[in-house]
Amino acid sequence: MPGHKGGRMNPELPEYYGRLCMSLDVNSMKPLDNLGHPVGVIRDAQALAAEAFGADHAFFMVNGTTSAVQTMIWTTCGRGEKIIMPRNVHRSAINALVINGAIPVYVNPGRNARLGIPLGMGVEDVQRAIEQHPDAKAILVNNPTYYGVCSDLETIVSIAHAAGMKVLADEAHGTHFYFSDRLPVSGMAAGCDMAAVSLHKTGGSLTQSSILLSRNTVNPDYVRQMITLTQSTSANYLLLSSLDLARRHLHFHGREVYEKTIAFAEYAREEINRLGGYYAFGPEICNGDTCFAFDLTKLSVHTRDIGQAGIEVYDLLRDDYGIQIEFGDVGNILAIISAGDRRMDVERLISALAEIKRLHRKDPVGLFDHEYIDPDVAMTPEAAFVAQKETVPLRASLGRVAGEFVMSYPPGIPILAPGERVTPDILEHIEFTKAKGCFMTGPLDMALNNLQVVVS
Amino acid sequence: MELWYTDKHTEDVRFSVKVKRQLASHKSEIQQIDILDTCGFGRVLVLDGELMITEKDEFIYHEMLTHVPMAVHPNVETVLVVGGGDGGTVRELAKYPSIREIDLVEADKEVVTLSSIHLPFTACKLRDPRVRLHFEDGLRFVRGKKDAYDLIIVDCPDPYGPAEGLFTREFYGNCCNALKEDGILINQHESPFYAAHQTSVKNAHAHIAIEFPVSTVYQCHIPSYPSGHWLFGFASLKYDPVRDLDAARWNALGIAARYYNTDLHRGAFALPNYVKELLNR
Repeated sequence: MPGHKGGRMNPELPEYYGRLCMSLDVNSMKPLDNLGHPVGVIRDAQALAAEAFGADHAFFMVNGTTSAVQTMIWTTCGRGEKIIMPRNVHRSAINALVINGAIPVYVNPGRNARLGIPLGMGVEDVQRAIEQHPDAKAILVNNPTYYGVCSDLETIVSIAHAAGMKVLADEAHGTHFYFSDRLPVSGMAAGCDMAAVSLHKTGGSLTQSSILLSRNTVNPDYVRQMITLTQSTSANYLLLSSLDLARRHLHFHGREVYEKTIAFAEYAREEINRLGGYYAFGPEICNGDTCFAFDLTKLSVHTRDIGQAGIEVYDLLRDDYGIQIEFGDVGNILAIISAGDRRMDVERLISALAEIKRLHRKDPVGLFDHEYIDPDVAMTPEAAFVAQKETVPLRASLGRVAGEFVMSYPPGIPILAPGERVTPDILEHIEFTKAKGCFMTGPLDMALNNLQVVVS
Repeated sequence: MELWYTDKHTEDVRFSVKVKRQLASHKSEIQQIDILDTCGFGRVLVLDGELMITEKDEFIYHEMLTHVPMAVHPNVETVLVVGGGDGGTVRELAKYPSIREIDLVEADKEVVTLSSIHLPFTACKLRDPRVRLHFEDGLRFVRGKKDAYDLIIVDCPDPYGPAEGLFTREFYGNCCNALKEDGILINQHESPFYAAHQTSVKNAHAHIAIEFPVSTVYQCHIPSYPSGHWLFGFASLKYDPVRDLDAARWNALGIAARYYNTDLHRGAFALPNYVKELLNR
């Protein structure tokens, strides 16, 4: 296996992908080890990764960081058990609860009023959640959020551990924290018990490959069992080898790679802010609590003051200037800068933003100005998802309990999760983002004219 | 032993010239710079292996970049040259007493340094008191300017490699913003002849046409360039390159030129059918 036998079955495969690529696509051979039961080369590579990231154990993941986040939750919380998390988590976290029936205790993230973006969790809010739910098993922390905002992770770890709770770091956007002194503290360095690290996002491995890290406070064999519940038994060696190559490159060159990235992002921030009208925000948004630290490699730009929604600027950059960035939401755009960018790419982005401002500047009146709405949780995600549901027109869902997710992707943070009541604010947000052309995902009705709600 | 320099015009077509000796070979932060003394084409500037100018035919290129807009715009005082570190474009501009200021923005300082040593025939006017040298990225320089120039000349290599950013819509838009309301933008537009270059010709033209109400191309014959058939873009917010040609005024200036004249000016805007088709006109 595989059946293409090095690409001989279909000559188009090696022609398109190249012979080397085809020769790496192999599986089920003893010398290649087995991801579900690693005793050879995979075990060795994982040990090197654990060392590089300062963890006790590392697990290679081929089903994305989604599976790493789910494994963290399933390992620490069972059916009916509580997990404390901010509401602005990635959908993979709430999906994990839909599947295993754990109960979320949401901590409202702070909010930056000017930017309209959700921040991290405040320490006092976490403390209060711990006191109100002393039976909670774990706390999940975004380190950082999509926008590069970090909570006070070390303090959260110490109060959580004092209460006997595990701390899980969703580091989908935090690989680089492990390889720089100028960036926020990494999950493992802060003492988290587990961390999901999306090596493919900012670490240079292939898309869908990821790493789960853990400390000895969690039984590594149990973690492995949890992973194998849903992970493919035919793990792709292109993905696995890319994790090993990325780990090696970061180990030897990570510091210079991220110095270059930081320099690019800082330069771009300075230049974009000089253009006027835009606000490329940086560490000055830190407030000592809900934004304890800021990821300097993130280039987020607030666009509302030129009268354009982030998603509109995102579309203009792609359609008129051939520049593809990560995402645009209601008030901001986010570009992922990496050492793979060239100086010219950064210059082009800045110049294109100057042009968009020159040609498309409008009065910002009427633009929706917030990106986060406090949820009204009526049921657990699992209970709502499995309950008897009915389909109603979107407008008619007001006041009902949602039976499914609604989110724009990226960033993939649910606007509405199963079990949450539909409020006027939420409907307004959905309709605005839909009208602005965001890519709306989640519901059964792909056009999102209808919504599934729980039959009361 | 014979030593030959070969410029790849396309994957399948090459142009070779016999080399007397290599005068300079230097790796700058941006690119590999070579200067050769050749049989037949004199001194040749090569960047990252690609032929930029030759002593024998650079006059055609530089005269057509500068005299065409100068014969149309009635009063050019401020000029921006993007690229052009060899100095040839500045040499032609320096012939005009009406010009007060020339900003030359060259990303690679070493091109200017080596040209000054080995290519005196183009670099001779870089020390003219009207010339200010700026060693920085062209895209960055231009986006900081508004209503600043009567004429912008984009004198840069091909739209791949370090100069890629100078063939983009955002750059042309930034130029539009940097020009005065009757300003002219001239850019080198590549050759329309080989399929390999046609996309960049089309893209450059399409991007400029969005930003400028007057936008056309003109042509000339440069023997050492791919196919020899070369295009330049003429874009303006106001002037038509043929209707607004003031031949009498230009001829009265008495400027010495070996290629350009005002009759040729008119003819250069008459395009072959295949070029018209390529540009969808």
